[in-house]
Amino acid sequence: MSRLRISGARLLDPASGRDELGSLDVEDGRIVSVGRDAGGGAPDEVLEARGLWLAPGLVDLHTHLREPGQEYKEDIESGTRAAAAGGYTLVCCMANTDPVNDSPAVTEYIQRRARESGNVRVRVIAAATQGLRGEIMSEMASLATAGAIAFSDDGAVIMDAAVMRRVLEYARGIGRPVIAHCEDLNLRGSGVVHEGAHATCCGLPSSPGEAETVMVARDLELARLTGAHLHVAHVSAARSVELIREAKAAGVRVTAEVTPHHLLLTDEEIRGYDTNKKMAPPLRSARDREALRHGLADGTLDCIATDHAPHAHYEKDVEFTAAPFGVVGLETALSVGLELVREDLLSPLSLMDRMSTRPARAFGVGGGTLEPGAPADFVLIDPERGFKVDAAGLASRSKNSAFLGKELRGRAIRTWVGGRVAFALDEELVR
Amino acid sequence: MRHLLGIEHMSRDEIERVLETSEAMLEISQREIKRVPTLRGRTVINVFLESSTRTRVSFEIAAKRLSADAINVTRAGSSLSKAETLADMARNLAAMSADVLVVRDSVAGVPHMLAERVRVPVVNAGDGCHEHPTQALLDAFTLRQSLGSLEGRVVAIVGDISHSRVARSDIYCFTKLGAEVRVAAPPTMMPAGIEALGVKPCFSMKEALSGADVVVMLRIQQERVAGSLFPSVREYASTFGLNARTLALAKPDAIVLHPGPINRGVEIASDVADAEPSRILDQVTNGVAVRMAVLYLLTGGAA
Repeated sequence: MSRLRISGARLLDPASGRDELGSLDVEDGRIVSVGRDAGGGAPDEVLEARGLWLAPGLVDLHTHLREPGQEYKEDIESGTRAAAAGGYTLVCCMANTDPVNDSPAVTEYIQRRARESGNVRVRVIAAATQGLRGEIMSEMASLATAGAIAFSDDGAVIMDAAVMRRVLEYARGIGRPVIAHCEDLNLRGSGVVHEGAHATCCGLPSSPGEAETVMVARDLELARLTGAHLHVAHVSAARSVELIREAKAAGVRVTAEVTPHHLLLTDEEIRGYDTNKKMAPPLRSARDREALRHGLADGTLDCIATDHAPHAHYEKDVEFTAAPFGVVGLETALSVGLELVREDLLSPLSLMDRMSTRPARAFGVGGGTLEPGAPADFVLIDPERGFKVDAAGLASRSKNSAFLGKELRGRAIRTWVGGRVAFALDEELVR
Repeated sequence: MRHLLGIEHMSRDEIERVLETSEAMLEISQREIKRVPTLRGRTVINVFLESSTRTRVSFEIAAKRLSADAINVTRAGSSLSKAETLADMARNLAAMSADVLVVRDSVAGVPHMLAERVRVPVVNAGDGCHEHPTQALLDAFTLRQSLGSLEGRVVAIVGDISHSRVARSDIYCFTKLGAEVRVAAPPTMMPAGIEALGVKPCFSMKEALSGADVVVMLRIQQERVAGSLFPSVREYASTFGLNARTLALAKPDAIVLHPGPINRGVEIASDVADAEPSRILDQVTNGVAVRMAVLYLLTGGAA
């Protein structure tokens, strides 16, 4: 058994509140010691990591891996390679595959493929209703037994409140959260961008933030009624943050996520008709963005989740209204988070909390800690390392990033999963 | 000017240049032999993927009066009906050495998208609810014939502002030329944040037309919006229609424009459409001259 020591790094472990210079020892795929005073004995290998941050591996609660059925966009191998490159050690993949993941057979298939070809850990989100049709609930108990950790129809919004109520009730009984993409599809109509002056100038069909907030309000009420754990996906509107804050204060079991693109960009981006700025929910106003940032900082929004949604270049290279919604995000999320640290919105420790510890706990998927005994899932981060986002540099099979051409600062430079190196940016660790 | 994608990003000088060039082009249209050899050997492709008669014919005549070869592509007869993407079709047309692509599409941003993908000058002939720049230029040209200058003039634009590309282009064009612009519609047809374009939103004809020098009436797409954005055509006509009574709210010598095709008895009454204050047919005449000017300026303009 060989022992690896990473020494001299800034250790950031939200689970224990640790933020100190020190070292971390790994043996047999597990963390064996960590801290300022750790590091006795003679390790077999020492990595000098001065100036770098060492944090538990990032956990993404909202990833589209596209396998099975849409491997031309992404597959489990390429998607988890992108995840490792972004510092993630665990991703939760959405159910809108082809066939839809609404059966134990598909859930088991995804997990088998993840064992065979995955570069990071994969947890499976199964459909809440059969065929994502919003009518008859899926076999949630069987799916949970097969390994499903949460249920969601994601963008195929369950518009019927009675169906949503039953889904929440049933999921509560088997102890799994329900993830809601909150968008009233009638109020959204043909809208593809946020309603406001930018949409008006562009002449693109738009929908207001209220398309989201009316659904957030509905689902919070249903969560209150049923006692179920509701997880609100990709919150985008200021008022949604307020509603979630009020519900949390009232004891409703709700967690929520926000995407990197909603934290960094606004609807001004649509002015160039770039379909890599088209996603659901849409980029909203600067005021909304401020509320999201503060909601993340005060913990109303529990975590950053990518909604990594790969689409082939030719699918996005069409008229704006015809292009599919969604952008990739696994490889840029951490850099966006570090931007918020530089703006003093989050401390380094709280950023790691929002990207690792809290999402891991929200869904009970493991990870999110550097404590001895935990699996050796962690990431070494260079907070100053700058890079330009370009298609060639992305590991994901699809290149539909909202940040193409942008200069970002700070990124994962090495990622370990179970003590194995899943990603390494450089051979040497020196800057 | 490399492309004409919209008025929003044009300077006042660029607008003036088009309008001045249009004067000379109008003179050509008034000759007995309405053709000059200026663009001989050039190829103008009119890619009209949304139905249009007036604008397509106007561009075609404009090209022909300058001796360019004009070719029309429509959606039904194009490779788009064989699932070719628009970007690929444009690349193919450009590869046939087109000198100008004139593009009309029902989706906002399409001319912009094509301009990024081909090396050929692109003219926006109307894209979704975004812009219709040649309409605004011909409207400005028509108004200057009557008013001399737009400086300080009050223009009221009435109709479905939300879905009107003419409204957007007119707003940009008229405000850049110094006019004060008001827009009028029921709130269901008033887009969010319209004030950002430097106009005053009004919710009644009285508010919009009082003291106006110009009234621009927009076509109501009855089949699309009646019943969803307003209750009935009858109610629309009685609240936002232009007739002798509502026109009297404007200045006595106010001018009436309409981009056409008009819905008689809906947004405009026949007695107004056909009477002295109306410049609707002048707009059509001037449209050819303005489009000649645009084609000429985009293909080099050195004569």
